[in-house]
Amino acid sequence: MLGNMVSRRALVLVLVLVSSAVHAQVDLTGFWSRSGQTDNVDALNPVDLLGMPLNEDGRAKALSYNIAALSVTERQCQMYTPFYLLVGPFALDISRVQDPVTQKLIAWKIAGWIDKDETIIWMDGRPHPSEHAPHTHGGFTTGAWDGGALTAVTTHFKLGDIKRHRGFSSDRAKITYRFTRHGDLLTVTGILEDPVYLAEPYVLTDVFTFSTAPNTLPSTACEPIEELAYLHENPAIVPHYLPGRNPFVNEVTERFNIPIEAVLGGPQTMYPEYRKTLENRYVLPPPCTLDCGGPPASQAR
Amino acid sequence: MRRSPYLLAAAIVFCTAPFTAQPQSPDASANAAPTARASAPIDLTGYWVSVVTQDWRWRMVTPAKGDYRNIPMTVQAGEVADAWDPEADEAAGEQCKSYGAPALMSVPGRLHITWQDDDVLRVETDAGMQTRLLHFAEPPHAAHTPRSWQGISVAQWQSYSGGAAFIRGPLLAPQERRADDELSGGTPGGSLKVVTSNLRPGYLRKNGVPYGEDAVLTEYWDVLTRSDTEQWLTITTQVEDPLYLREPRLIAIPFRKEADGEKWDPTPCSATW
Repeated sequence: MLGNMVSRRALVLVLVLVSSAVHAQVDLTGFWSRSGQTDNVDALNPVDLLGMPLNEDGRAKALSYNIAALSVTERQCQMYTPFYLLVGPFALDISRVQDPVTQKLIAWKIAGWIDKDETIIWMDGRPHPSEHAPHTHGGFTTGAWDGGALTAVTTHFKLGDIKRHRGFSSDRAKITYRFTRHGDLLTVTGILEDPVYLAEPYVLTDVFTFSTAPNTLPSTACEPIEELAYLHENPAIVPHYLPGRNPFVNEVTERFNIPIEAVLGGPQTMYPEYRKTLENRYVLPPPCTLDCGGPPASQAR
Repeated sequence: MRRSPYLLAAAIVFCTAPFTAQPQSPDASANAAPTARASAPIDLTGYWVSVVTQDWRWRMVTPAKGDYRNIPMTVQAGEVADAWDPEADEAAGEQCKSYGAPALMSVPGRLHITWQDDDVLRVETDAGMQTRLLHFAEPPHAAHTPRSWQGISVAQWQSYSGGAAFIRGPLLAPQERRADDELSGGTPGGSLKVVTSNLRPGYLRKNGVPYGEDAVLTEYWDVLTRSDTEQWLTITTQVEDPLYLREPRLIAIPFRKEADGEKWDPTPCSATW
């Protein structure tokens, strides 16, 4: 009898310890600060499509973009697509959504930012909507555990920037995410597919660290204001560049000596063999003087 | 007394290993431990190609001197990098400084991954013609191994299916795990953790951003299988260097699997290109 009680207590103790340990492996809840050590977030040059597998339509759409379009009254509150999760500047705030009665987890929620809608990753087996269903800024996402990682698929989102002001995905695009936690690190891989503007899947990654002091901004309601007087005075204007008229198309080439064909993207430019075609025509540019990063004491250069 | 680099790296791997990585099944003590190859929760072997969608202008070409954007370097690192002289490196036979383990996976190229033996995973690169050996067991003569570009790497599977019975299988209760019909959800799997030390000082970026000999590289290798013909490898990379980094260098590098080695193109190291 006593032996049975001891065994039961031992079993309960083991289960408690084990369940907490296992839970710690897969619990995604909390604030995750972005390492931000890639150029995902950068928006330094108006035409920088380096490494983007754009097709001809995607390139034409990207080159037609005039950033003044964001100041048009009806677009000021337009949100980025869900892919902004990988290219935006903010932390991830992930929480559980539980069934109010059974307390079962039915979804993971990634909170929205001031310019990105929230992402709800449904884990309860519901199907994606009909292809004719309305599209939203946040899209529709389902997820499943796969080998200790959470894999999620987002569809039904609107046309929008792939990177900030750098290329577009259409409303037929799809994103596959992979969330992999390793201790206090969370690696997110995103694969964007778009039959309209991309020739191949576009993959981006970032690493987040568990944080108790994330760099989040309060998500307040957006209210359009008069940003550019000429747009306010003439609402018929739609800022854009006609084909062949984008004035910034040569900026990266002039600054970094990178051939224009690479600046304009395309799937062939993503692979190592393309690098070999540059060897005999690339000239090292002069020392960096602008946006150079570096140690704190020299960042003012 | 010289510390064993293997023991140092092994201590980091095992002390920071998650619960799921603890060996083995309850009856493991009664039997010989399975080899690393036999217990692999994921298959990393084959050819993988870099997909350079991030940091293109720092990876596909040699960036300008002084372009240190997005690297959390220290003042000391800035002083070293400002003195970067690729011709001098080439003349000194140091042309592989930007092909050391902390930077190698960022170099555009292809990986060829094979099992050298049951407990050593061999990772070759065509860019720079480097070889990394990922040891699941202590390599011979580890304590006396001189520093090298690839250092000594200690590897460990983080399995979500091969552990003790109570953690085998789904991580969440079955009713919480539903697969979207587009995904093969709920499969067992895992990842590979690798800790590398005993490094010869080199460059994190081609234009001379340094890492020192005390740098420690921690990696997590994860595979995403979307179909029989589409597999992605993401290598999460953390470089810690008390001398040259203000905080860990943290990036994740994507690769896509290729059917064969048709495009394998060995190219020696270059300091100038």
